[in-house]
Amino acid sequence: MALLQISEPGQSTVPHQHRLAAGIDLGTTNSLVATVRSGSADALPDSDGNYLLPSVVHYRSGEPPLVGEAAREHLSTDPQNTISSIKRLLGRSAADISAGGFRLPYRMVETDSAVPRLRTAAGDFTPVEISADILRVLRERAEQSLGGELEGVVITVPAYFDDAQRQATRDAARLAGLNVLRLLNEPTAAAVAYGLEQGAEGIYVVYDLGGGTFDVSLLRLTRGVFEVLATAGDTALGGDDMDHLIAEWIMQQAGIDEDAGHHQLRRLLGVARSVKERLTGDQIAPVRLELDDGTYWEGELSRDEFNRLLEPLVRKTLTPCRRVLRDAGVRAEEIREVIMVGGSTRVPLVRELVGEFFGREPLTEVDPDKVVAIGAAIQADILAGNKPDQEMLLLDVIPLSLGLETMGGLVEKVIPRNTPIPVSRAQDFTTYKDGQTAMAIHVLQGERELVSDCRSLGRFELRGIPPMVAGAARIRVTFQVDADGLLSVSAREETRGVEASIQVKPSYGLTDSEIEQMLKDSLAHASEDVEARNLREQQVEADRVLEALEAALAEDGDTLLSADERTVIEGAMNGLRTARNGSDARAIKRAVEELDECSRGFAARRMDASIRKALQGQAVDELKV
Amino acid sequence: MNHFKLFGLPQSFELDIDQLTEQYRELQRTFHPDKFANASALERRLSVQRAAQINQAFHTLKQPLERARYLLELHGVAGDPERAGVDQAFLMEQMELREALAEIRNQPDPAAALSELADDIRRRTEAIIQQLGEQFQDASGQSLSAARESVDKLMFLNKIQQEADEIYDELVEY
Repeated sequence: MALLQISEPGQSTVPHQHRLAAGIDLGTTNSLVATVRSGSADALPDSDGNYLLPSVVHYRSGEPPLVGEAAREHLSTDPQNTISSIKRLLGRSAADISAGGFRLPYRMVETDSAVPRLRTAAGDFTPVEISADILRVLRERAEQSLGGELEGVVITVPAYFDDAQRQATRDAARLAGLNVLRLLNEPTAAAVAYGLEQGAEGIYVVYDLGGGTFDVSLLRLTRGVFEVLATAGDTALGGDDMDHLIAEWIMQQAGIDEDAGHHQLRRLLGVARSVKERLTGDQIAPVRLELDDGTYWEGELSRDEFNRLLEPLVRKTLTPCRRVLRDAGVRAEEIREVIMVGGSTRVPLVRELVGEFFGREPLTEVDPDKVVAIGAAIQADILAGNKPDQEMLLLDVIPLSLGLETMGGLVEKVIPRNTPIPVSRAQDFTTYKDGQTAMAIHVLQGERELVSDCRSLGRFELRGIPPMVAGAARIRVTFQVDADGLLSVSAREETRGVEASIQVKPSYGLTDSEIEQMLKDSLAHASEDVEARNLREQQVEADRVLEALEAALAEDGDTLLSADERTVIEGAMNGLRTARNGSDARAIKRAVEELDECSRGFAARRMDASIRKALQGQAVDELKV
Repeated sequence: MNHFKLFGLPQSFELDIDQLTEQYRELQRTFHPDKFANASALERRLSVQRAAQINQAFHTLKQPLERARYLLELHGVAGDPERAGVDQAFLMEQMELREALAEIRNQPDPAAALSELADDIRRRTEAIIQQLGEQFQDASGQSLSAARESVDKLMFLNKIQQEADEIYDELVEY
């Protein structure tokens, strides 16, 4: 048993233990987990020494699922129960998926929920649950390797992921029992891993072509501040598409029918992938494909022919490259370095065309597979509080504009793309009928003008507007996007100051009750008690609140609070301490809320005082010397 | 809190952008939600609000058009972009620019013509920004109402610049 650490009386900050934290790259093709140990970050291997966990899950009746290499072995023999590239379906509706034109060997089940389910031998699962199965394996790997429970993780997402895809990623982490400190954009993570090591300054491009997603970000690095200037991409473009192009070429050459069976398709994709890998080094690759009748088709693909097949796809990535330059108002000559990330940037044609576009040789020294996870691990370490003196700061942007439906099916932008986050914008609405008490608001994400061309995030119904004549009410709707890029909406009737209630109906994604149910189901498997877990979560939050407030009182209590105010806060703190030592999760939650309520003013005053301090920062530093 | 005060800068149209950026980073170093990852839910919420406010203020002060609009607001001069009374000479200018833009695709070398037009728009924009500096410096009732007209002109120029960018995208599309 560890010795209890007790701080000296009057000392404001508790000397804290190293908190276990990890960075997770949840990839389309492969996933990784990395962590910072004795000051240096690296990916964690499994017991066989492999860093990459193939993002493949194989479901079996009555047995726990297989994940990774063991699952991949079943790809061609049992394609319907072996799910790969699930990231491409994360946060997507059944309609999106069929419109995306993916050729999937799975059986999709339509339900009342907005989220599709895949039918397997072990039951019907959503992409969120399947992703959670992958995350669980990474969590176990990290906990075994670090020898304790993870307190928090940073999970990376493609910068171009929309709100629904980000929310789905967070949901998957929650199902896997992970506390998400932050969702981090993949190119930003790569820049952190690269930039911190090199002590880089200037404007950098991160070109990230993965298995299923493409992102490009433009960042300015200045003394530990990573400021994303613009980001663009395509969440359905990557190495998988290269495999499909090669597979189609082989089908043509070998005279294989369009409606070939699942097994044939799987074998084809497997052969296509190895041909692609071969051609990153060689000028010519032999192709040998087993046909359904057990015979083999043999041929070869030259680098030139391969390049010709791939060129339209690679050129497609240059349009977003041009867009980030323009959005940021930066010329190609101003760029210091182009950092290549993602396995697909190993393809020579990609390096060639990207180099041509930016007019400089792209940088390929960083390990394109590990760099994202390592960047996430560095940030997780800092967010967990293990590096209190770390000056690093990440300032990211929202990748896609947020807007509202207006008359005629048009979209009015409220928050334009590439706005730094967190961001909060208010929009005023009024009623158009006398006595109107409710109002429907449709929130969309995307760059196009028509509602039908943008992604519907959700419909909000405002109720409880006081009845007035048409046009008299002034309803202020506030959209807030947090540092994870996730949206929340609140509304208020301004003339009477009535808080309007909002009912959210997500267009995609799971409702809270669906997640609650999945959580119960998954915990039932893991033989863990929901109540116990709830209690633990509330206790952690209570400790966090108490610790933070004790430090705040010691620091500013005398200057910013009257004696009465302090008594009220201390009373509520004692209330929370009592509740925290009990075993009623709800009572703790209530006590936290009460304490929050009465310390709100104090917290706000402290923030304002820090603004003054921050602005005098330089002068103060000089005095210290 | 007034955006200028938030950044500890004098309330003026002429602004040292480097200093503004420096203060912005300094404020975000203090208030960004990443600095509150281990704080209570209340403090985390407050930090999101403060960081959003800092971003908004930076966005407003950084760009000449937004900065000018904000200054007009602080001076109590209402802007009504819908019914802006623009002078005749500027109306002519608008028509010329619109026509030039509409004709771009019919030019023998559309890309070159577009880049020439973009230079023209940039020159006009810089001239107006110069005027705005003087108008806010003076800050008399007359100057402020002139500044309001300059803001309308700047809005138009920004819009036509955006349209030119869109045409450029179409021209270079593969």
